[in-house]
Amino acid sequence: MSRLRIEVQRDDFDIGAELALIAAQDSNIGAIVTFSGLCRDEAGTLSALEIEHYPGMAEAEIRRTALEAMERWPLTGLTIIHRYGLVRPGDNIVLILAASTHRHAAFDAASFLMDYLKNTAPFWKKEHFIDGTDGGWVEAKSRDEDAFKRWHSL
Amino acid sequence: MTRLIYFAWVRERIGKGEEEIELDPSIATVADLLSHLKSRGDGYAAALEYQDVIRVAINQEHVDHDAPVRDAREIALFPPMTGG
Repeated sequence: MSRLRIEVQRDDFDIGAELALIAAQDSNIGAIVTFSGLCRDEAGTLSALEIEHYPGMAEAEIRRTALEAMERWPLTGLTIIHRYGLVRPGDNIVLILAASTHRHAAFDAASFLMDYLKNTAPFWKKEHFIDGTDGGWVEAKSRDEDAFKRWHSL
Repeated sequence: MTRLIYFAWVRERIGKGEEEIELDPSIATVADLLSHLKSRGDGYAAALEYQDVIRVAINQEHVDHDAPVRDAREIALFPPMTGG
C-alpha cells in the first residue's frame, strides 16, 4: 500500500523534511524523484505572483490525478504540495515527490503529475510587477496542453 | 438554488466571487447556463464573451459544456488553469 500525502497550503514547505518523511515510510524505496516549482523573477521585473485556487476542488483534483499515477506506476510513496496566496521570486510554489523501488517509475510519475496538475488543478496565477503595475492573469500555454495530451496516447 | 462560483478573471469581470441562482428548467446544459448568464449584464457578457474558453466544474469535477446542470449543487466557471 503506497502512501499518499497531499497538501494545499499558504505556507512554504521544507523539501528536506518532506524527503525524510517519505523515505522513512518504506525501506524498499530505491528512488525518489523530487520536482520543485519556483517563482521566477521574469528577468527582474516581477514583484510577486498571486495564486488563486478553488478550495476543496484543488485537493480533490490533485487526489484524482495522484490516484491515476499510482495506478499507472508502481509507486511506494507520493507527496504533492501546492501553495496558494502571494509568492515572491525564488519562493517555492509546488512540490512533487515520487518514490518507487526503481527510478523509471518515479521519473515518469513525477513528469505525468506535473503535466496533469498544470492543466487540471484549479489554480490561477496573477502577476504583480516591480514598477507597481498589475501584469494580469497568466495565460495558459499551448505547450503545457500538448505535454498533458501526450500522456493520453501512451 | 444552485451555487455559482467564479475564479480569476471570470470573477473579476463579473464583479463577485459567488452567488446563488434559481436555474430555470429551460437551462439544461452548461452551454445553456453560459448563454443565460451572458444576458445578465455587461460584467457577465465581458467575462463570458469567449464562451468556448470557459472551463466549468460541477460539484467540484471538470465537465464539458454539454454536461447537464440539473443535479448541480455547485457550478464553478473559470479560465484555463495555470497552476504548477
